Amino acid sequence: MIGPAFYIAAAIAVLATIMVITRYNIMHALLYLVVSLLAVAVVLYLYGAPFMAALEVIVYAGAIMVLLIFFVMMLNLGKESAEQEKLWLKPRIWIFPSLLCIILLGELVFLVLQNHQPAAEVKIVDPRAVGMALFGPYILAVELAGMLLMAGIVGAYHLGRQKEKTLHRFLENNEL
Amino acid sequence: MNVHPTTAGMLLAGVLFVLGLISILVRRDIIFMLLSVEVMLNAAGLAFVVASSHWGTADGQVMFIFILAMAAAEVSVGLALILQLYHQLKTLDSDEAAKMNG
Amino acid sequence: MFPALIPLIPFVSALLLMLGWKRLSRIAVTVIGCGSIGLSAFVAVLIAIQFAAGGEQAIVQHAGNWVEAGGFKTGFDLRMDALSVVFVGVITIVGFLIHVYASGYMHEEPDYARFFACMNLFVGAMLTLVMADNLLLLYFGWEGVGLCSYLLIGFWYKDPANNYAARKAFIVTRVGDTAMAIALFMLFQFTGTLRIPEILQSSTHIWSKGDPVITWIALLLLGGAVGKSAQLPLQTWLPDAMAGPTPVSALIHAATMVTAGVYLIARTHTLFELAPDAQITTAVIGAITLVLAGFSALVQTDIKRVLAYSTVSQIGYMFLALGCGAWSAAVFHFVTHAFFKALLFMAAGAVIVALHHEQDLFKMGGLKKQLKGIYWVFLVGCASLAAIPFVTAGFYSKDQIIWLSLSAAGGHTAFWLAALLGALLTGMYTFRLFFLVFYGDLKTHVHHRPGNSMMIPLYILALLSTIAGFIELPHTLGHVTLFSNWLLPVLPAVSVLHDSVAMEWTSQALSAVLALSGIGVAYAWVVWRPKGMSDFLEMPALLWLRGFWSRGWDFDKLYNILLVYPFVYLSRMNKKDLIDKLYTSLAALMQWCHNVLARTQSGLLRWYILGVVLGAVAILSVLIWRIYI
Repeated sequence: MIGPAFYIAAAIAVLATIMVITRYNIMHALLYLVVSLLAVAVVLYLYGAPFMAALEVIVYAGAIMVLLIFFVMMLNLGKESAEQEKLWLKPRIWIFPSLLCIILLGELVFLVLQNHQPAAEVKIVDPRAVGMALFGPYILAVELAGMLLMAGIVGAYHLGRQKEKTLHRFLENNEL
Repeated sequence: MNVHPTTAGMLLAGVLFVLGLISILVRRDIIFMLLSVEVMLNAAGLAFVVASSHWGTADGQVMFIFILAMAAAEVSVGLALILQLYHQLKTLDSDEAAKMNG
Repeated sequence: MFPALIPLIPFVSALLLMLGWKRLSRIAVTVIGCGSIGLSAFVAVLIAIQFAAGGEQAIVQHAGNWVEAGGFKTGFDLRMDALSVVFVGVITIVGFLIHVYASGYMHEEPDYARFFACMNLFVGAMLTLVMADNLLLLYFGWEGVGLCSYLLIGFWYKDPANNYAARKAFIVTRVGDTAMAIALFMLFQFTGTLRIPEILQSSTHIWSKGDPVITWIALLLLGGAVGKSAQLPLQTWLPDAMAGPTPVSALIHAATMVTAGVYLIARTHTLFELAPDAQITTAVIGAITLVLAGFSALVQTDIKRVLAYSTVSQIGYMFLALGCGAWSAAVFHFVTHAFFKALLFMAAGAVIVALHHEQDLFKMGGLKKQLKGIYWVFLVGCASLAAIPFVTAGFYSKDQIIWLSLSAAGGHTAFWLAALLGALLTGMYTFRLFFLVFYGDLKTHVHHRPGNSMMIPLYILALLSTIAGFIELPHTLGHVTLFSNWLLPVLPAVSVLHDSVAMEWTSQALSAVLALSGIGVAYAWVVWRPKGMSDFLEMPALLWLRGFWSRGWDFDKLYNILLVYPFVYLSRMNKKDLIDKLYTSLAALMQWCHNVLARTQSGLLRWYILGVVLGAVAILSVLIWRIYI
C-alpha cells in the first residue's frame, strides 16, 4: 500500500536526482546519486522486493558508484573542470532538451495514468521465486549475462592498459 | 490519496528516467553522461520491479538483476574508454571526440 | 558420316582464324580458310551420295540440346533432305571456288585473316540455315548470315561510306527479320512446336485453306524472306552492299545469302499453299521487283551495281516462280543463278583489279584483247544471265519460270508479261555491261593480270553455268526432269493448267527473241551507234528518267521522307530526353537527401541522443493519438 514511506523515499529520490543533474562538480553529483540510489532501494523494498533493494545498495550504490568515485579521484579533476562545466551549462543549451524531455514525460505520465484500477496491495515476490526463475527458465540469459561480464572485464583490461605512444611510421619524421 | 501502487511506481520511474535523459542531453562532460546513463538504467530497473509486483511474478526482478549486471559491465568498459579518451585528447569534452564524424 | 560436320568445319576454322589472327602466316590462313570449305564440300558430297543411295526421306542428326524449358524442347538438329542437299551443295562448292578466288583477289589485303574468318563464319551460318531441322536453329543461321553480311560489307571500315552501307544492310534486313520472328512466335503458339516437318504436317489439320491466321503467318514469313532477299519494298540495301570486297558480293550478295528468302519460302511451302493470298503477294512482289530492278540495272554506271540490281531482278524471278507454285523451278533458277552470278561477280572483280580498282563502266572499254581469258568467261556468264537459247543454263531455268508463270495454277498473263519484259531488260543491261567493258576504245591501262588462283575457279564456274541447265529440260526440248524428280519428296510438282505444246513453244520463242533483241539493242547502243544513242539519251525527259532509275526508283528518298527524317526529327526534339528527366530528378532527390542526412552524421553524441528522443516523442505521440484521441 502506498504510504508516507513511499512518498518520502520518492521525494528524496527525485530531489537527489535533480541535484545530480544540476551540479557542476562531478564529485558532488556522484554523492547525490548515491543518495538517490539509496532512496530507490527503499522504494524497491516497499514494492515487495527486498532482495532487489539489497542488491541496489550493495552493487549499485556500493560497487558501481564507488568505482566511479575512485575513477574521478584518479583523474584528479580539479576546480577547472567545474568551471568548465559551469560555462557549458547555459540556459540556451539546456532549455530546448529539457522542454523536449518534459513533453516525453508528459506523454509517459498520460500513458501511466490510463491505469484506473482501484488501489490494491503490492504483491510480494520473495527472493526464492526469483532464484527459481533465474536458474529455471532464464538459465540461458544468466549464461549470457555471465559472458557479458566476462567481456566487460576483458574489454576494460584491454582498453585501460597504458600503451606507450606509437606514431605512424609516416608521421615519425615530422614529429621529431 | 487513493493511488494504485503500480501507477505511483511507474510515475516515479518515468520522472527519474526523464531527469537522466535531460542530463545526458545537456551535458558535455563525458563522465556526467555516463552518470546520466546510470540514472536512466536505474529508473528502468525500478519500472521492472514495479511491474513485477503488479503481476506478482518474478520475471521483473530477474530483469532487474540483468540490468544490474549489464550496468556493471557497461561502467567498467565505459570508464576504460573514458580513460583512453582522456589520455588521447587531454579533455573530457565529448564533442572533441567528433573527429571521425561517426 | 555426320551432317553436323558440314557446318561445324567452317565454324571451327573461323574460330581458329579469329584466335590466331596475327600469329598465322598468310599461307596458313589460306590453307585453313579455303581448306575448311573444301573439306566441308567434300563431306557434303559424301553425305549427298549416301543420301541418294539410301533412298530415305531425310537424314536427321540430333547434335545436342539447345533449349529445354518446360514442354519446349529445341536441339541442334540438322537435316539433310533433297532440298537441303541442293542448297548445301551449291553453298559449299560455289563457296569453295569463291574462297580460292578470294585468296588471289585479297592477296594484298593486310587484314587477310579477318576476311577469311568472316567468310568461313558466313559459310557455317549459311549451312546452319539451310540444314536446320527446326525454325529456331534456322533463325540462328539467318541472323548469323546477317551478322557476317554486316561485317563483310563494312570490311574496309576506315571509309565511313562502307560503314553506312553495312548499317543500312543490317537495319533494313532487321525489319524483315522482326516480321519473321513474329511469324515464328505465332507458329509456335498454334502448333506447339518449332520443328519444320511437324509444323508442315500439322498445319493442314490446324488451318483450312485461306484461314486469316495462316495468311498472316505466311505474310510475315514472306516479310522475312523479302528483307533477306532484297525484294520490294526492302530491296534498297543490296546495291549499297556492293561496298564490300568483290568475293563477298559474289558469295553473300549474289550466290547464297540473298537466296535465303527463296529457301525459306520453299521450305515452308505447305504454309504458303494454305494461304493463297500470301502466295499471290509473293508472285506480285517478284514480278514488280524483277521489272523495277531491271530498269535500274539498265542505267547504272558502276559495274558492281549493275550486277547487284541484276541479282535483285533474278531473285524476283525466283519469287515469281514461288508465288506461282513452281517450287522446283525457283530452286533450279537459284542453282543456275548461283553459278553464273558468282562467275560474273568474280570476273567483274578480276576486271576491277586489272584496272587498278576502277569500277566506273565508262572508264573501261576495249579490254577484249587485253584480258582474253576473262573475256571468254564473262561472255559465258553474260550469255547465261541473258538466257541465250539452248546452250546456257540460265536459259533453261529462266524459260521454265517464264512458261510456268503463265501456265501454272498460280500463274497469270500479267506475270507472264512482266517476266517477258524482264527477259528483254536482262538482255539489254547484261550486254550493255559486256560491250562497255570489252568493246570500244581502251580507256584505262591494264596493270595487273589475274593469276591462276583467280582464273581456275572462273573456268569451273563457266563450265557449271553451261552444263547445269541440262539436268532439267522442258517438254519441248528433250524433257529431262532430273532436278524436279530429285526435289519431288520435298517440293510437290507444279500443277500445270494450260498444258499445250504450241503455247509452250510460243513462250519459249518469245523469251528467246526478246533476250536476243535486248542484246541487239545493247549492241546498237554501245558498239554500233554510240553517238546517235547518246544524243537520244541526252533528251531532258530521258535524262530525268535515267537519274530516277539509277537512284533505284528513289526508294531511298521515299524511306528517308517517310521514316528516317521523322525519326531524326523526333530524336532531335527529344535530345534532352524527357523520360530521363524523371530518373535524373529522382537521383537528384536522393543526392539531396543524402546531403541532408550526411550533415546529421556530425560525430556529436548529444545530437544522436536528441534524435533518439525526438523519435521516441514522435512514436509515443502517434501511439497516444491513435489509441486515445
